[in-house]
Amino acid sequence: MKWFVALLSVSLLMAGTAGAVSPAVPDRASMADPLDSPRWEDMRKTFFGKARVVFDDRVKVVAPVTAENSLNVPVGVDAAALSGVTQVLVFADFNPINEVLRFYPERGLAKLGFRVKLQQSTPVRAAARTADGVWHVNGVWVNTAGGGCTAPSVGSSSPEWQSRLNEVSGRVWSREAANEGASAASSSSSSQSATETPKSPDQLRLRLRIIHPMDTGLVAGIPAFFIQQLRLADEKGRGLMRIEAYEPVAENPVFTIDLPAGLAASRVQVTGRDNGGNAIETWVEP
Amino acid sequence: MNSTLYKRTHVLLRSGLRHLILFVLAIATTLASADGFDYALKPQRIADDTWVLVGRSEDFTIANGANIVNTAFVVTGAGVVVIDSGPSRYYGEQFRQAIASVTAEPIVKVLITHYHPDHFLGNQAFALETLHALPDTISGIARDGNAFAENLYRLSGDAMHGTEVRVPPKAIAPGPFSVGTHRFEVLALDGHTGADLALFDLGTGVLFTGDLVFNGRAPTTPHARIEPWLASLERLDALGARIIVPGHGAVSEAMPASQQGKPASSPHVSIAQTRDYLRWLNATLKEAAEQGLDMSEALALPLPPQIQRMAVSASEFRRSVSHLYPAAEQDALTHAHSHRY
Ligand SMILES: [Zn+2]
Repeated sequence: MKWFVALLSVSLLMAGTAGAVSPAVPDRASMADPLDSPRWEDMRKTFFGKARVVFDDRVKVVAPVTAENSLNVPVGVDAAALSGVTQVLVFADFNPINEVLRFYPERGLAKLGFRVKLQQSTPVRAAARTADGVWHVNGVWVNTAGGGCTAPSVGSSSPEWQSRLNEVSGRVWSREAANEGASAASSSSSSQSATETPKSPDQLRLRLRIIHPMDTGLVAGIPAFFIQQLRLADEKGRGLMRIEAYEPVAENPVFTIDLPAGLAASRVQVTGRDNGGNAIETWVEP
Repeated sequence: MNSTLYKRTHVLLRSGLRHLILFVLAIATTLASADGFDYALKPQRIADDTWVLVGRSEDFTIANGANIVNTAFVVTGAGVVVIDSGPSRYYGEQFRQAIASVTAEPIVKVLITHYHPDHFLGNQAFALETLHALPDTISGIARDGNAFAENLYRLSGDAMHGTEVRVPPKAIAPGPFSVGTHRFEVLALDGHTGADLALFDLGTGVLFTGDLVFNGRAPTTPHARIEPWLASLERLDALGARIIVPGHGAVSEAMPASQQGKPASSPHVSIAQTRDYLRWLNATLKEAAEQGLDMSEALALPLPPQIQRMAVSASEFRRSVSHLYPAAEQDALTHAHSHRY
């Protein structure tokens, strides 16, 4: 019950997501989908079975309302406001392959930035599982109707990946709360910072780009070929985060990972493999 | 906010109203195909023999029928030279009527400035052998024209009825040419796309820039490379044009030196503004990538006031992040070290 009050006050604070909470319905498991998706019940059965599911604004999903390039839609998931998150599942109700990825925060924060391929307009949702077995779900609709005069991309026909498969480029940043997003808006004088959550002063951020075609298997003649596993560890080999990716992750995946200070002060080990058994093995230096 | 809007529409469609909406759409379609979409084109005379049809400073919508573009024509005494054919077949046809309302001279040359759909999808209304473009524009239209047209159908609906891609058969080279009493200079530039044609009328001093210059509206960047674009703006600025007809936004005259800003950046407000926007965009994305911002964070960056003042800058900035941020972040990431075992 205490938990419910907390949820209610958070959503009142956020006022934007109307309809997410109705105080008249105490059992959140039966609450209507705030995104009103006809696929929600199927998604719930597929991914959560009989587990308890709640819609929770403490899980933040950031994605554009309209995707300019539906093959490379940026998504930010942040469940760091919940404690004890053991894994986060990301899925898209109307994608031909619903499951986008899962990540296991381990010593990292329950937060991940990445890009996804969307077939059509769809809710993009994140479900964070807490230690008590409850799934905390939130999401946003992404409209793929197209933006300006951009042709629907046919994906890269460049054979870059054949010679550079699984090549990783990356970088580690030490980040302070104050500089986040603010100075990038260079000449803007009075505008507020782009991100609303204040950060601890010396968080670390890791960004990775891996060369991989991430073929879905849905295009005739091209079998599914995608990165399945990524494991990040500190210099002593202690796990920072594990990512299970699926076909809908965009070509040449880019991941943004935030780590509490002190865990990876020097360098980060990245290991993994794709479904063809090709290994990824790299150190990212600060 | 918009996601709420979307949700509402969605709910509406799922409810019993869906059939009613489809019915109304069907009627609208019938009306449109019977009468065509009326662009209400009104040629404005901007110099001797020179007329412009100014589009709206908006995004593509159903209501504007994709008429967000400027087209123009010059009546030379020995035939009409047309610059860009517009976004649809209806537009092209009405463009021809607008020309006929001004002159009885035949149309001898149609120059397509670049391969974006709002500039060439009116081609059907003109004789095929009059259609000219730079070689890379021709190959671009042949390769991507249909996909562009489909996208415009989605965004602008019935105004696109009957529109088909016509690839210009005639390649044009940079350099001078004359028609009637007018001497023109064709410039082959790039940056907005891989091939951007500008046309300078040496007699009237009117410079038709295509989409290398925007005025009062944020530039579009789906195929842009900013460094060469800035170099192209230098070339245009050096021509000493009297009047600039941008691809989008108002026509403007050169300002006398006395009225220019402190470090006189350009006699042309539109060139200066396009340059400032591109420099700001480049620096902003580069810095965001250098700071390690995720793409979704870059999308949320606030726009400075001078950018906010430009029409559709919020939506164009978001599109530009999608177009240009991957390259910027790749630069920021590959500068760092990543070692294999
Ligand atoms: Zn253009």
